Amino acid sequence: MSEPLRGVIVSHAGVAQALIAAVASISGVTDALLPVSNDGCDRQALFRMLAEAVGENPAVLFIDLPGGSCLTGAISYARGRTDLAVVTGVNLAMLLDFVFHRDLAPAAAAERAAAAGSRAIRTPAA
Amino acid sequence: MIGLVRVDDRLIHGQVVVGWGQPLHVGFIVLVDDAVRASAWEQDLYRMGVPPHIEVSFASVAEAVAQFSCWEQDPRVGIVLTADVATLVALAENGQRVKRVNLGGIHHRPGRTERLRFVYLSDVEAEQLRLLAARGIDVTAQDVPTARPVPLAEFT
Repeated sequence: MSEPLRGVIVSHAGVAQALIAAVASISGVTDALLPVSNDGCDRQALFRMLAEAVGENPAVLFIDLPGGSCLTGAISYARGRTDLAVVTGVNLAMLLDFVFHRDLAPAAAAERAAAAGSRAIRTPAA
Repeated sequence: MIGLVRVDDRLIHGQVVVGWGQPLHVGFIVLVDDAVRASAWEQDLYRMGVPPHIEVSFASVAEAVAQFSCWEQDPRVGIVLTADVATLVALAENGQRVKRVNLGGIHHRPGRTERLRFVYLSDVEAEQLRLLAARGIDVTAQDVPTARPVPLAEFT
């Protein structure tokens, strides 16, 4: 792969921006993730924003909820493109893992990120 | 019963399923859209965001006109969704049963101007809504239940 994978976070309101800021502050990585917010977007507008963010590059699309306009927009956009993969339920742990494993193919990177995000969800005793 | 007839160009999404679905204790959602009705793939996509206890169905405008009274008589609370004013008008004019309309999200397109933060309308769409209101249909804009329902006259 000629250049590392990028992640595009697709979220409601400012979740994507906030997650990217948190990833940068923890990891120091600032060039791996791009935000897309569905604020003020209908389906076509979200599609256009995804096209601007992703372009022709391979990417993993990280979605905040496992349903809703962000997911439907992302899946519609990614349909038919084998260089894109989609993960739902984005969290900070999965993004921190992703930014250090961008040499993988999109599907493998998505699987890895999903596993890392799942492992981060716990109910520790207080 | 139909708890909400909503125009929302995002169709089934968080505000519908969570924002309205939770407080209304919704048991079914009907998406009235000719294009989605014709696409099994899009239907699967919209089903993904809905919890299993809520039934989702898809109807063309013609099917919705025919089935509207059945949805009204359903003991569960339901939401009827359209993506645009034109579909709503077609439903209201043919069905004659729509009594209240919620404008939940109509976003910017060429030819539309901002009426509210989440409602953009062309002059034609605004006039269509005024005609519905003149027939006695209560038309308000309200994105989530905790917001104030804004009467049509305040933004058209």
